Amino acid sequence: MTQQFYVSPEQLTRDRADFARKGIARGRSVVVLSCRDGIALVAENPSPSLHKVGEIYDRIAFAAVGKYNEFESLRQAGVRYADVRGYSYDRGDVTARGLASVYAQSLGAVFTADSKPFEVELAVAEVGTRTDTDHLYRLTFDGSIADEQRFIVMGGQADAVVDALSSRWDADHDFGEAVRTAVDALRYGGGSVVGGVSEPRVRLDPGALEVAALDRDPLTTRGARRAFRRFLPAEVAAMLEGAQH
Amino acid sequence: MKLEDATASIGRAASTSFSGYLGANHPELLPSSRSAGGLTPASAPTLAPHATTIVSMTYAGGVLMAGDRRATMGNVIASRHIEKVFPADMYSVLGIAGSAGIALDIMRLFQVELEHYEKIEGDLMSLDGKANRLAAMIRANLPLALQGLSVVPLFAGFDTVQRVGRLFSFDVTGGRYEEQEHHSVGSGAAFARGALKKLWKPNLDEDRAVRVAVESLYDAADDDSATGGPDVVRQLWPVVYTANSAGARRVPERELALAAAQVIDSRSVAGREA
Repeated sequence: MTQQFYVSPEQLTRDRADFARKGIARGRSVVVLSCRDGIALVAENPSPSLHKVGEIYDRIAFAAVGKYNEFESLRQAGVRYADVRGYSYDRGDVTARGLASVYAQSLGAVFTADSKPFEVELAVAEVGTRTDTDHLYRLTFDGSIADEQRFIVMGGQADAVVDALSSRWDADHDFGEAVRTAVDALRYGGGSVVGGVSEPRVRLDPGALEVAALDRDPLTTRGARRAFRRFLPAEVAAMLEGAQH
Repeated sequence: MKLEDATASIGRAASTSFSGYLGANHPELLPSSRSAGGLTPASAPTLAPHATTIVSMTYAGGVLMAGDRRATMGNVIASRHIEKVFPADMYSVLGIAGSAGIALDIMRLFQVELEHYEKIEGDLMSLDGKANRLAAMIRANLPLALQGLSVVPLFAGFDTVQRVGRLFSFDVTGGRYEEQEHHSVGSGAAFARGALKKLWKPNLDEDRAVRVAVESLYDAADDDSATGGPDVVRQLWPVVYTANSAGARRVPERELALAAAQVIDSRSVAGREA
């Protein structure tokens, strides 16, 4: 039997974190932001069927970047968790906080115990009655969890997008304005850096965007308790058109 | 060994059924895992509320389902407010007759089942798929049905592929039967069906169909003591849902009040005994 080499826990954690970060940084960014109408979820995603953004429960949505098979299995596990909880207790007993802590536990367990950490970053969003009662949780590959205000940006070159979004975000935006703001900020991810100043990409194709929303009051606006809806490519194009008028 | 693992994981991924997941991981939560113990068929109907008559019919562009508001325990009226027709998902509705407590649980499980599939798959289940899932749930309840706690559903929905309204009836063994034109289940079903045969016509518009449903339930209540008629004192009308290309919709109270008033007026004017 061969002797295992000693690797310090610090080194092991650092290596794993670097590995996961590299995997995540390869992908395009996702923006989740609160606005007057609810929560908008905007992702750069050229695939019309492999979603980065999805529904978990009545008022809870999911967004992710990284390896598709890994975050898709987490999304499905989240749907199962929420549906079992809502079925055995009550629909009102399913909260983003509960779901986020379950995700944090499983991500943390995989990060420390499995042969390879998940190369994913997740956002769990729950729409409230007002912007300040919205819940936005960000979960990283090592199981750390952060409770964010206003918006979350994940994925490759997230810093440039955060910088762009900080000055543009407004709590009073409707969905159209929020989506335009998010798309505008997403241009700064993946852009070129000229002399220390990041240059945005010229324009993002509506066909390469995945846009969904959690409506603040779906019961009165749509007669449904499920707040999640996905915008069709034509609707996204129309929303982005709105910026030019 | 490695290949077996991979195959097993495909099997797990392919299962998008919520009830299947519950059965494997939380079997105690399934309605069918309840045990009635040594309950005899004779005592069951007097111990727990029973829901009665449901009628359903196709109309131009969709399908409609209506249920009366009465639940009985033996010869006692257990509830005047019970609802027996529910939206199952965006395009389908479910009506239940039989043992109310178990029926409501099955209905709730069925709703989650459809929503769960939709969230996992990112697409709606086909109407035939929904009917088959419901049949499986009713079949799982067979042991309880044999002890007197049976549930007989009626399922109707808009088929988004064929672009027509379709309706399905079931028996306690999970037999699934597609019905043409109209159908009725529950203790007042025989009387309601007689009325439907005379009142239903092809290509009814939605308003007409609502009136036909209310009138056939009126006839069922007239002859079946377990079916409740329109209650003008408490302002209680049947629960009516329609499902068409725009989705499932609950018919508002005022339309039902109007339809009930028309039936009562015309019967009062006729003044006939039978």
